[in-house]
Amino acid sequence: MAQCGACTVHVNGLPRRACVTPIEAVANGEVTTIEGVAGPEADAIRHAWQAIDVPQCGYCQAGQIMSAISLLQAKPTPSDSDIDLAMNGNLCRCATYVRIRRAIQSAAKEIKS
Amino acid sequence: MSHPHWIAVLSALLMAPLAVAQSNPDAAGSSSPSETLKPLSAFADIADDTQRARALFAEIGKVIQHPRCVNCHPRTERPLQGEDGALHQPWVVRGTGGMGAAGMVCITCHNTENFRNVPGHPRWHLAPAEMAWEGKSLTEICDQIKDRERNGGKTLAELGAHMANDALVAYGWRPPAHLEPAPGDQQRFGQLFHAWLEAGAYCP
Repeated sequence: MAQCGACTVHVNGLPRRACVTPIEAVANGEVTTIEGVAGPEADAIRHAWQAIDVPQCGYCQAGQIMSAISLLQAKPTPSDSDIDLAMNGNLCRCATYVRIRRAIQSAAKEIKS
Repeated sequence: MSHPHWIAVLSALLMAPLAVAQSNPDAAGSSSPSETLKPLSAFADIADDTQRARALFAEIGKVIQHPRCVNCHPRTERPLQGEDGALHQPWVVRGTGGMGAAGMVCITCHNTENFRNVPGHPRWHLAPAEMAWEGKSLTEICDQIKDRERNGGKTLAELGAHMANDALVAYGWRPPAHLEPAPGDQQRFGQLFHAWLEAGAYCP
């Protein structure tokens, strides 16, 4: 459990792995899924993901995007090391990691500008 | 933008069917004092305070040096896990306030209570670096926890209360089913710790 990060959602604005979060732990908390996530970080990440053509098979991408948005919300100008620390719980069997890192850096620049 | 609550609940149910269906209560939640930690009475015959304190701390060390405690008092930025103290997977770090890195905080996976094989507590976090116990001798740990520069600024009395009553310390005896609880229970641990303080808090 919590092995790949593909199920990442936001609970009260913070990333959570749905697969190890019993619904009783959410209680009346605010759950945001990939379908509902919004805001400047989400917009910038979407743009960057499309511009850099990040996904390959796409299986892990919902979780990757949710984690990337959380990172930018917490750290608007992340270093490569920050990105690695935030994203290494999200596995991608297509190994799109280099594009993911580029896309997060690109999104950070877009938000800053 | 967030979904209305009922959609959120439905989404979570769809995304985590196993999480809902296989919730597993703490297997060790009913642990009681055992033969794994000696009672206070075992030290009553040691008349010399220094010798009794040292013997008591050696017993206390069974808890302090247990993986349930050491794993979250690592010497590096990375927590440990399991009985063998393997590096935590996935790669996570102490981060700000011991709560993990931005975007990958402890509560990304750890709930307010244990869930299946994932330990949990409302204050789940790593001990600060100056409180590292991993790889240290019991003497070094003893000196360290008495040092207010390295014990969070606690007096010895506050340290005793922390060991005996702190809810996160109590997790050590209530891990998920696949993990071994710390020896004894927190009540006995607290009694031994207070006895050690009363005997002069000498280190082994």
